[in-house]
Parts: sequence; structure tokens; C-alpha cells
Amino acid sequence: MPIIKKPSRLVTRRSALKGLAVGTGAVAAAGTLPGFVRYSQAQSSEPIRIGFQVHRTGIGAAYGRWYDRTTQAATKAINDAGGINGRPVEIIAEDDGTDPKRGAEVVEKFASQHNCDLAFGTLFSHVVFGSAPRAGELKIPYFVVSEGHHVASGKLNRYTLQPGITDVKSQVQAMAPFVSDNLGKKVTMIYPDFAFGHDHRDYFSAALEQQGGEVIAKIAIPPTESSFTKYFPKIPRDTEVIYHVMVGPAVLTFVKEMGEFYGPNKPEIFGFIDSLEAVDMASPGLEFLEGSYFWEGNPRYAQKDQSTYDKDYRAAVGVDDNGASVSDPKDVSTYSHMFGCWETLYTIKDGMEAAGYKGPEDRTKLIEAVESITDIPHSAEHPQGAKIFNGKTHQVFGHQYISKVKDGKLELAHTTSIEDTLYDDEVDYTTQPF
Amino acid sequence: MSAAAKSVWLHGGVITLLFALQFVLPAYHHGNLARIMVLAVYAMGYNMLFGYTGLLSLGHALFFAAGMYGLGLTIAFLDFAPSPALLSGIISALIVSAVVGFLALRTTGVAFMIVTLMFAQAGFLTILLFGEYTRGDEGFVIQQPERVLAGIDLTTPGNRYFAALILFSVCLIITARVVQTPFGKVLIAIRENEDRARMLGYDVLRHKLIAVIISGTMSGAAGAAYALLFGYVGASFAAVQYSIFPLLWVLLGGAGTTIGPLVGTIFMFYLIDLSSGLTSAYMLIAGVTLVLLTLFARQGLVGELRKRALPWLP
Repeated sequence: MPIIKKPSRLVTRRSALKGLAVGTGAVAAAGTLPGFVRYSQAQSSEPIRIGFQVHRTGIGAAYGRWYDRTTQAATKAINDAGGINGRPVEIIAEDDGTDPKRGAEVVEKFASQHNCDLAFGTLFSHVVFGSAPRAGELKIPYFVVSEGHHVASGKLNRYTLQPGITDVKSQVQAMAPFVSDNLGKKVTMIYPDFAFGHDHRDYFSAALEQQGGEVIAKIAIPPTESSFTKYFPKIPRDTEVIYHVMVGPAVLTFVKEMGEFYGPNKPEIFGFIDSLEAVDMASPGLEFLEGSYFWEGNPRYAQKDQSTYDKDYRAAVGVDDNGASVSDPKDVSTYSHMFGCWETLYTIKDGMEAAGYKGPEDRTKLIEAVESITDIPHSAEHPQGAKIFNGKTHQVFGHQYISKVKDGKLELAHTTSIEDTLYDDEVDYTTQPF
Repeated sequence: MSAAAKSVWLHGGVITLLFALQFVLPAYHHGNLARIMVLAVYAMGYNMLFGYTGLLSLGHALFFAAGMYGLGLTIAFLDFAPSPALLSGIISALIVSAVVGFLALRTTGVAFMIVTLMFAQAGFLTILLFGEYTRGDEGFVIQQPERVLAGIDLTTPGNRYFAALILFSVCLIITARVVQTPFGKVLIAIRENEDRARMLGYDVLRHKLIAVIISGTMSGAAGAAYALLFGYVGASFAAVQYSIFPLLWVLLGGAGTTIGPLVGTIFMFYLIDLSSGLTSAYMLIAGVTLVLLTLFARQGLVGELRKRALPWLP
């Protein structure tokens, strides 16, 4: 079993007094520097403590549940195989409420209270943005599993890395050749009117133009909208493809209303599975998606040519061939994202072993070791596929999957090359001092 | 000892205690207290309107965000140095609170709550709408070189703590002073009986407007300071829960007390921090505690202390 430790808070009066006495002594010994930091020397047998910033509550809770399961499974696998540098891995999980303010506080807790070696596991971009500055200031490596373009854009810092999941810019641009060659050249985009939707709008428009296609309408939908009928008449008649990235609970209404609007004569439809992560494809109203295409980070349904790596990974995490929990077929996973936790933990392991990591004093060596990683082969440690890590931008690049909805299931239709996902570097973090 | 002298001792004591704590607190709590002091400034701003004037706003996140974005956007797009950016944040909050106050004070009671809530929601959606500049819900980071104020690097723990302490002290002294002035007494009179205050010849609307402006500006100063000290600007701070938080902090600590907002902020912060270590249902623990406090300490922690033991507490 992985060691998921929750800090004990049981304090008796005696232990409180003892603690007070010891604390006073320690303060006297440490001098009176403001905000002094006590470093504990790691013992060779001590576990490697990984602070897991998990969205247990808030808008990211469905993702958080599966990120947690994947992290536990990966930790168990790593520990069963001897740990990292002979030391067991201990996961210290803290809920960030999917809130950037609490996220920053959680990172502080990992660094200053739990004495974690590093922080890991954040998905939602706004939490990453809120937390990364504190990680940089506290000089604690911060491995995010977010798919945001924030890391590679150069907006964060040298302590923040994303080696386990590709970013939205590379995902979106890699879709353009397939859409243009197979579905149509005239695309109408429907997206939520906030940062995530704007990223899709900007990156896809540019990529499609390079393929000789054109985005003929961009329909931004306010985040508070709960009915979409008034937006559908805005879709131009000559639209060949509808590209949608609606997220949140409104997606089911969106799909249902789009189905009612078009009836059987619908254009080609392409969407991002982010809309339907943790949502059963058999949910009422989703029948309209039959025959449409989806980007997937990792195919949710076990495919005919499934790799043994995917099979083993699926079994370890407890996911069945339909992408749901083995113990509850209605508990659908966030399969396109959660592999990032598994792969990131193995990259951390590789980095720590290459750096001869012993304790927090080797944090910069760990970052340099990860920065020097380039090729990541398809393996049990990286079941989603082969990848290329860019040490300068701290971002990994990998294959993307496009699946077609057939009989209410997603069937893999196309796998992009890694080259399709590459773009010019926007930052070189290795030039920044630690 | 006169009430004024006791006030000086109390507030001087609180500031001295906060100053001294930085030398003994472990790193985690040292960082927490810096954050709490900034948030307590927000609560003090809220308390000026709610606790002393009796106006319940549900839209203070707008003022907090005005300060935050007034600082963040001028740094990001106009290359402002931190000092003028901080000033810009405070002035933004001042202008926004003056406009909102001018319009919202045409209403009273529940209508005032709804109007302020709607203004704040409009502000939140405006931030999302101009996502090209604000990066909407995702927000943006203020990098370390942009957070060096007059040669002082605010990204280091000690400097951050000092900056938060200075802001907190200034706002605490302003609050303590204001509530002792005739102006402050009129605000309390309005809270207690608005009609009587009006009948006595006071310009109630003008007093309330000034209270909204002081309250909003103080909240904005907290927002600007938060962005500067913790390096992040994001729309989540403009969302409705950030209008509810200061209300909770003030209710817990004691509405209409000068140190209540600080006590309430500390209490709420550690209630969530400690209970989240026990269970993932920590909001339940927080909720039950709040209900119990509301039932058995209706005037908040400091309010109850004033009621039961220290009637002179300002």
C-alpha cells in the first residue's frame, strides 16, 4: 500500500507544554533571525516526501479523485520496486480546494511544515499560477500535471516543471492537420469565454490557417450561461466543422441543444474530451455525439491494439476497459489527464536517481537532472506513449489521440506524431539562476 | 486610564506582539501570519462599513479586486514600478468604491446587499470578459524583479512580513482613530438608529458614502498588497466567495471592534488549515464551528470579550 499520510493533529495538554518548552529552546538556539527556516537533514532511510496538491473539493474534485487514485497506484508501484534511491516514497496529500490562494498556502505547508522534498500534482491552471510564485520563493521543485501552457510560456519560474503531460498549445495545434485533411476547412469554434477557451481559439485558429483552413466564426459563451439555443443561429451556414470545448456541468445541455438545433443534418463535430472527462458517454443527451470526433490525451476505452503498458497501468489504477472504476462502472475516470500523475512520479524518480538525490539540499540537482532529460520511451513508466522533454521550457511533448464516437464508445481514429505538437521555445528556464 | 489611553495601549500592544512574533514563529506560521495580516486589512475595511456603519455589503470582492488589478495591470502593461503601482491599486479601489457607493447608497437594507452583490458580479465578469488583458480566471504572475519596492525585495519572508505588518499597523491605527473621532461616532449613531442621526441634523448619506470609500479603499489596499506580496493576480479573488469571507471574519472576530477582524481572520484561517489536516470534509467542521459560534458568541470573539469582561474595548 502507498503511504498516504495525513498529519496527526491530536495534541494533549502535556505534549503541548512539552512542545512549547522544546520550541522555546529551539528558538533560543536558532537565534532571533526573522522567519528563520529549520532544515532537517534527511536520513538515508527516511522516506522521500512528496507533497501532493490535490483538488479534493471545488470545481476540480472529479479530477482530484482520479489524480489521487493514480498517484497512490504509482507510489505503490514505485515502492514495491524498491522506492527511489532505496528510500520509500511517502505522499503527503493536502486539499487546495481548487483555489489559487489555498494552493499557495498548501505549497507553503509542504515546504515549511511537512518538510517535503517537492510539491506535485496540480491540475487547474489558476491554482498553478497562484502557487508557482511561492514554490519559486521557497525553492521547492513544483511538478505540475496541468496541461496549461503556463510553464512553457515562460510565465512561471525555474522551480516549476511539467514533465508528465503535454500542454494545451501543443495539443490544439496538433489537431489542425487532422481536422483540415479529414473533416473540413471551414470551422466554427464554440468555446467558453475565459482563459481556457481563449487558448483554444488562438492556438487552433493559427494552426488551422497554416493548414490552409479557416475559422469562419468564433462563438464565445459566457461562463454563467446555462442554455445555448440563442448561440446556434450564429453558426454560419457554410460551416463544415464545429469545434467545441465547453466544460463543466453545462456540457450535457450544450450537446443536447445542439442536437435539437441540427437534427440529423449536422456538420462534422470535433471536440476536446475535457468537456466529458469523468462523464459517462452513455449519459442521456450525448447520443447526438455519435460519429463525432474527440481529442483524447490517452484513449479512455481499451483499444484493439492496446499496449501491455496501458493494460498494466489500467489494472494498477483500477480502471476497466471502458475507462471507469473497476469497482463502480458509473465512476468514469479522467483518463486523458490522470496518466500525467503516474508519468510525472516516474520522471521524478528518474531525476532523483540521476541526481543522487539525498535531501532538500539536492533540490537544484534534481531540477538540473530533469532538465537534462530528452527522450522518454513508451514504457510501463510512461504508458501514454513516447515523449520528448524540453529542458529549456520545462515542458514535455508527446503523441495526441483523436477518437471517433462509435456505438457510444470512443474508438481511436488517429494518432499524431510528436513533431506535430512541437513549437518554438518561448523561454529558456536554464538561464535563470536558482 | 482614559478610553483613548487604553486604545493606544491595546493597539500598540497588538502591533508590538505581531512585530515580536516574527522572531519566534516557525517558517510556516511566519508566512501564514504575513498573509493573515493582509487579509485582516481586508476584514478591517469591511468592518468599517459593516461593523461601524451597519451597512451589510456582499460586494467587497470588487474593491479587493480593484486594488489587485489596479496594481497588477499597471505593472504588466504600463511597466509601473511597485510604488506607483501600489498607489494605482489604492486609487482604483477609491474610485470604484466612490462610484459604487454613490449608486448603491440609494438603496438600504436587503436592496443594498443585492446591489453591491450585483456590482461585484459585474466586476468579476468584466475581468473574465477582458481576458486578453487580465488572463481571466487563470490570472497572471507578478515576477520577483517586479516586486522590489524601493530597493526592498518583497519576495523574501522577512521583508514580506514587515510590509504586511506596516500595512496592517497603518490600517489599524486609521480604524482606531476614525472610530474615536466625531465622524466615527456619527457612523456608529447611523448604525444604531439612522433616523435619529438624520433627525439630529447629520448628513447621513454623506457619512455613509465616506464610510464606503474608506472601507473600499482599505479593502483595495489589501488586494494590491496581496498581489505584490504573493505574486499572483486572478479573477477568483473577485468571485462571490471573496465577498463572503470578510463578512465571516468580521462576524467571527466581532463586528464593530477594532481588533475583531484580525482575531476573526486568524481563527478562520487556522480553523480551515487544521481541520483540513483531519478530514477532507473540513468545510463541515468549519461550518459547524461557525454555527456554534453564531449561537453561543453572537457578538464574535472580541465582541463577547467586550460584553463579558472588557467593556472599554474599542
